[in-house]
Amino acid sequence: MYTQGLDQQGKEPQGLQPRESAERLTAFQARIDAEEKIEAKDWMPEAYRRTLVRQISQHAHSEIIGMQPEGNWLTRAPTLRRKCILLAKVQDEAGHGLYLYSAAETLGTSRDQMVADLLSGKAKYSSIFNYPTLTWADIGTIGWLVDGAAIMNQIPLCRCSYGPYARAMVRICKEESFHQRQGFDIMLALSRGSAAQKAMAQDALNRWWWPSIMMFGPSDKDSKHSAQSMAWKIKRFSNDELRQKFIDVTVPQADFLGLKVPDDELEFDQETAHYRFGEIDWQEFYDVLAGNGPCNRERMQVRRNAHQGGAWVREAAQAYAEKHAAQAA
Amino acid sequence: MTDKNWPLYEVFIRAKSGLSHRHAGSVHAADDEMALNHARDVYTRRNEGVSIWVVKSSEIIASDPAESAALFEPAKDKIYRHPTFYEIPEGVENL
Repeated sequence: MYTQGLDQQGKEPQGLQPRESAERLTAFQARIDAEEKIEAKDWMPEAYRRTLVRQISQHAHSEIIGMQPEGNWLTRAPTLRRKCILLAKVQDEAGHGLYLYSAAETLGTSRDQMVADLLSGKAKYSSIFNYPTLTWADIGTIGWLVDGAAIMNQIPLCRCSYGPYARAMVRICKEESFHQRQGFDIMLALSRGSAAQKAMAQDALNRWWWPSIMMFGPSDKDSKHSAQSMAWKIKRFSNDELRQKFIDVTVPQADFLGLKVPDDELEFDQETAHYRFGEIDWQEFYDVLAGNGPCNRERMQVRRNAHQGGAWVREAAQAYAEKHAAQAA
Repeated sequence: MTDKNWPLYEVFIRAKSGLSHRHAGSVHAADDEMALNHARDVYTRRNEGVSIWVVKSSEIIASDPAESAALFEPAKDKIYRHPTFYEIPEGVENL
């Protein structure tokens, strides 16, 4: 599954409700500070609820849309083994989307509402899926980098203060490791292959590196919702901290593959024991988020077509269920 | 979108025999049989279960967390229900 700074998007929570007395809010924060989990029927501030619905549903949408770039290669995987693996991975993404919709529904928003918000374009999904998968190496790179970045983001979410979200994330994280490894395995095979295969791997890394590190969301200083999400323990680490961690673990993996990270300013700083890296083009990030990435329109169109195309199946299943219920009565 | 909202089912999975069923999440389905199939596809892709229960969420009767203090209060002051309440003199064994 894939978050990026998903808590970054959308509108600021509205003003507090009058029933949210100072005592209630203080008591709620005390529970959070004591590392108690909040469960579905517990009292919670409306802004906490809204933040979670937005974040979890956007996270779910990302899983669902995220099936498209990889699904693009299902029929063209180079071997039957690779095809089986990719099929299992794409199926996992659907599963992750469903775990997350299930968690979000506990907050009182129906799944139909969330799906409608995705289809109407009201809800966002991770911008990374608006990039095309041009070659087989892109499938390797997505597993290795995109799922790798997602793991960095998701492991702390397993300790999120909202119980149903945290439990969904535990399940997702268990499955995610397979996704990253199968991606690295593809990259390993390509980087040990012919010159053309190695060039293909390098080309994919060149295109995916920057969008991948953008997945952590805007820099802390520009991050609107971070402080509140941290106070509520929805978020445990800042965007910049997670991005740095990702870069620190990923660059040596690229070195192992004999591939060059496309950043001329990338340099290991002995003193801090971290990699220094070049300026991120945030304009590109905001452009893609605003709907102007290479594949935004296609992704939405495919999703809408799939939903409309499946309508008769849902209707038939409903009619069948009603008929059998009537016969049993 | 003219879809009728399929009912929500809660899913409980027994990981292996000897363990009790445990809540795993929820699925939407048109009927009970489809709920079982969806639960299998969504929650047991890696052999996580040997048995599945599904039940319509609307059929579950739950206690209200806001009332939990009053609900569980009667058990609070009965500390004599715990073995640690009793002091056993030095020298007494197997008790």
